[in-house]
Amino acid sequence: MSSSAVTLPRRVSPRIRETIAISARIPLRVYLAATVIAFFLVSAITPHLLQSHSAFKMDLRATLQPPSLSHFFGTDQAGRDTYSRIVSGAGQSLSIGLGATALSMIVALFLGVAAGLGGRLVDGAVSRFLDVLFAFPMLFLALLFVTVFGPSVTTQIIAVGLGTAPGYARMIRGQVLSARGAGYVEAAVALGHPFPKIVRRHILPNALHPLVVMMTLGVGQAVVWASGLAFLGLGAAPPSSEWGALLDAGRDYITRAWWLEVMPGVAIVAFALSVTVVGHHLQDRLEGRVDA
Amino acid sequence: MPIASGNRHVAWFFRRAIGGAAVLWAVTTFTFIVQALMPGDRALLIINMAAGNITNPSQAEIDAVNAEYGFTDPIAVQYLNYLWRLLHGDFGVSYQLHRPVIEIVGAQILPTIVLAFSALLTAWFIAIFMTVVLAGRANPWSRFVSGLQIVMATMPPYWIGTILLVTFAVYLRIFPVEGKNSLIGLVLPTLALAIPLAGFIGLVIQQEFVRVLEQPFVTSSRARGMGDFGVRLRHVLRHAVLPGVTLSGWAVGSLFSGAVLVETVFARQGIGGILVTATSARDVPLVTGITVISAGIYVIANILVDRAYLIIDPRIKLA
Amino acid sequence: MSRPDEDVRESAGNPLLRVDSLRVSFGRDASEGAVVHGVSFSLAAGRCVAIVGESGSGKSVTARSLVGLAGANAHVRAGALEYGGRDLTKLSEREWRRVRGKEIGFVLQDALVSLDQLRPVGKEVGEALVLHGEAGTRAELAERVIDLLKLVGIPEPALKARQLPHELSGGQRQRALIAAALALDPQILIADEPTTALDATVQAQILELLEETRQRGKALILISHDLAVVSRMADEVLVMRHGEVVERGPAEQIFRNPQHEYTRRLLDAVPSALSRGTRLAPASAPALYAPSLYPSSRDDDSRVAPTPAKDGPLLRAEGLVKRFRGPDGVVRTAVGGVSFDLHGGETLGVVGESGSGKSTLARLVLALERPDDGSVLLHGLPWTGVSERERQPRRRRISVIYQDPLSSFDPRWTVDRIIDDSLDGAHQSAARRAERVDELLDLVALPIGSRRRRPLELSGGQRQRIAIARAIASRPSVIICDEPVSALDVSIQAQVLDLLGDLKEQLGVSYIFISHDLGVIHHFSDRVLVMSQGLVVESGHVDDVFHRPQEEYTQRLVAAVPRLRHPRLMPERMLAE
Repeated sequence: MSSSAVTLPRRVSPRIRETIAISARIPLRVYLAATVIAFFLVSAITPHLLQSHSAFKMDLRATLQPPSLSHFFGTDQAGRDTYSRIVSGAGQSLSIGLGATALSMIVALFLGVAAGLGGRLVDGAVSRFLDVLFAFPMLFLALLFVTVFGPSVTTQIIAVGLGTAPGYARMIRGQVLSARGAGYVEAAVALGHPFPKIVRRHILPNALHPLVVMMTLGVGQAVVWASGLAFLGLGAAPPSSEWGALLDAGRDYITRAWWLEVMPGVAIVAFALSVTVVGHHLQDRLEGRVDA
Repeated sequence: MPIASGNRHVAWFFRRAIGGAAVLWAVTTFTFIVQALMPGDRALLIINMAAGNITNPSQAEIDAVNAEYGFTDPIAVQYLNYLWRLLHGDFGVSYQLHRPVIEIVGAQILPTIVLAFSALLTAWFIAIFMTVVLAGRANPWSRFVSGLQIVMATMPPYWIGTILLVTFAVYLRIFPVEGKNSLIGLVLPTLALAIPLAGFIGLVIQQEFVRVLEQPFVTSSRARGMGDFGVRLRHVLRHAVLPGVTLSGWAVGSLFSGAVLVETVFARQGIGGILVTATSARDVPLVTGITVISAGIYVIANILVDRAYLIIDPRIKLA
Repeated sequence: MSRPDEDVRESAGNPLLRVDSLRVSFGRDASEGAVVHGVSFSLAAGRCVAIVGESGSGKSVTARSLVGLAGANAHVRAGALEYGGRDLTKLSEREWRRVRGKEIGFVLQDALVSLDQLRPVGKEVGEALVLHGEAGTRAELAERVIDLLKLVGIPEPALKARQLPHELSGGQRQRALIAAALALDPQILIADEPTTALDATVQAQILELLEETRQRGKALILISHDLAVVSRMADEVLVMRHGEVVERGPAEQIFRNPQHEYTRRLLDAVPSALSRGTRLAPASAPALYAPSLYPSSRDDDSRVAPTPAKDGPLLRAEGLVKRFRGPDGVVRTAVGGVSFDLHGGETLGVVGESGSGKSTLARLVLALERPDDGSVLLHGLPWTGVSERERQPRRRRISVIYQDPLSSFDPRWTVDRIIDDSLDGAHQSAARRAERVDELLDLVALPIGSRRRRPLELSGGQRQRIAIARAIASRPSVIICDEPVSALDVSIQAQVLDLLGDLKEQLGVSYIFISHDLGVIHHFSDRVLVMSQGLVVESGHVDDVFHRPQEEYTQRLVAAVPRLRHPRLMPERMLAE
């Protein structure tokens, strides 16, 4: 009996049925989170679509207005609409987050895979190096960077990227080491496969497939930390609408106009939370816990 | 409980101390390299900082500053001088404030340590409470708590701090807006730091807690007549906190980062405020000094955390 | 070891425990499908009732529901479930807590995970005393704990009480666990698989201990999958399958004259000396003989080493030594100088207890570890001591099957990819390769529909078949089987052993078969090596070694294994007694 005897009559309907079945199993919160992320992505790419006013337009007749129907999130001391500023700042905030995460991942992959595959000496050296990096509180490392190279968007990206890299490197190292010691690797050796082939087909795919989820979660954290830096006044120069910069600007008005400080924070947290929810869901799917 | 001989304890501490010293050496070297990479002329920067604006100093003035700070020495000499001074507790002189770094930091570090420490304790308290009472149960509160922990862990300390500040201090006027050194001024900043950490620790120990609840030794205990709460408290908890303890070592670093942010939000005393102004002023000695000292605290904290782990889990030999 | 034969008629006095039509279901309401139903038996003091079954039979759920620990969402109903006249189904959780430990004791398997590893053994043993308020002062408690440890035969009880579970040996741990259950002198002791995970010699000691307990007047409920253990201990036996009792009766009757077809099958499936050369499982669809897998000319194997030597052993091990440095720095000798020959077409059994070095030996023979001394020759050519590069093309000659096949599969791969991966000849067409995958699936009796599935979705027996298919795909001369059936239920074990036997006949492979189970070894092997602490203690033809052991260790090992009382094995019993 040859295997080609089994044919599928029409490949269209089973696929669609499967997609519908999968979509039905996704919890409500994931849909909400995806909507929020979509909102921010659109804001990043075409802010004009979602803004209610022009972000930079000053209206001195309407300074420090609390949230209302005309100004969803209120206005600042120059009459600029907070909501629109947040929308226009999305692009910059998200790119900083993405840039930092990308940098972080590249460094972490390099260190983690080297430590996992490289044998005791390399692993020892990398682990010591990571121990040292861990001894720096993340923010302090970033601040050291900013001190030396001056505050700017680039420094923000590099500081946050390098600050978060050690954590990911350690995770990746752990994944690679456990994949390397797995039973299926030994079975492959017993079958006569050469080591480079085993690395390529077994170790790396198994070790790195949580990477997508890691990066997703990472972008949220990167945006949070980058905004934290800007909040301290160490990020992009004003009048940037980057969310952290908005936080910094709003600090003086906490007692008088709380919305200036709280609303950008809401945006940051909403983005980070949504990304976390989607990331956790992806993780559950990957690990087979579909009904989580 | 078997008690190891005193000698083994001492030997363990000694080995860890050596390891810690090595890490600190690497930290200081790293910071030295970073600060040596600083672009621009440092002598010029110092003169401009003192003057308050961009000036055009004479060569003699520049030479004087170079001599004072040793900028023109070969890099190896600079490095060795740097290490030598560090060993004597001399972290250099702040570019801005013209006082020894160690003096500035020494005055301000205690409030930060107090804040970090109380946040750690509070976070653990919250996490253990959530886990022991609610983990592994089928009721809706338990599912809610799991989601809550994720939310808690994602919210940054400056955000929670802001919300707390606005809600409780500005509008409800329960707590003072500017928390000075009073105990009540400690409450909101501690909560701001503790909540995200509680979320993290909670997530980690809850996962372990649920796993351990299924273990046979728990059934054995129940079969002897132990009740559910007793099993959770007397057997499972000890196993479940272990990954959280490991996490606490890293958490010290995270708490310091958070403390900087929270001190800014609440305008509290501590190295946070100093660090921020120092960074924007490009005051390298002060920033590196604070960083190195924090790294030292981190290393010591980690040794203590590891020791605590060994007490909780006596399976691992001290050797 | 004789006791008066009694039948199941309730003894003159009141039975201690009376169970009638026990039904346990899980789920939101009691009407959902029952996991256990129709279980009835009664238990009197000094008697032992055994519940026997394979995984999923419901025996553990039954045992746990007798102490109210079936689970939070379990619904336990019964015509009668009475202890000393009290209705157990009506007990509140608080009332249950008073019964557990005091009236009914419970012993689980594998004391390493059944005792709290972070607490000293003494604390666990004394826990029941503390919980039921009978602890007294600290000194009194300590003394009672030491007495209990002495009762179960633990040497140096005062010292052991202060130690942690992992510091005790496997046998001592299990004794301590029994002591913990007996602390308040309960009337009934329930033991759920008390001897699984223990070596044969230790197992015999624990069974002795349980027997002593019974003779002191306790009633014993024994849950086990091991028919030989049950046949030694039980007065009355319940055979369970899929949640039902398929047969029930006095032990003598069950083992000598089983009525139900399932019971008969179960007894037939137990491998031993007397089942040699016969099939253990009822014949299923005959495996297809696939001549294409073993053509006379190896046209596809241009990379394979030259044809093996016609004379001389297939595989020869000489003076193999392997040492390991433990985490505490102490060097242990896992294998201390082992030599043997494997000839074409024979099955060499390797039997030993845990720590005997048999698994390390397997890894040395597979060249997955480098020996510290000694060598292995495969087909007369050096196998160890050469570079991995040189070995790679020849690795197809020797395959392996593990105890836990799941960990040897890449978790992301489907069955067909796993088997395809082990085929040789990458230059063949996809269709041809798919054909061979199908042939292999047929050979191991795996349905074609399982091609696209992942091993995680399949049962233990099916996973082992995948492993076997992968092992034979490369047409090896030798297959190393490291405890291949130890994790399987008896009936599945029988099927797999039959399959391995069929393959041996059809494909002419030789096996090195490693196991701790003497019955399996005796059934399956031609010659046997008996290993202990890294050395071969005795070797020879399997009948000679097991029927007429020369060395003291072998004699002890053979004596410790419980024998099954079964018609097939009757001559065995007469021999042994």
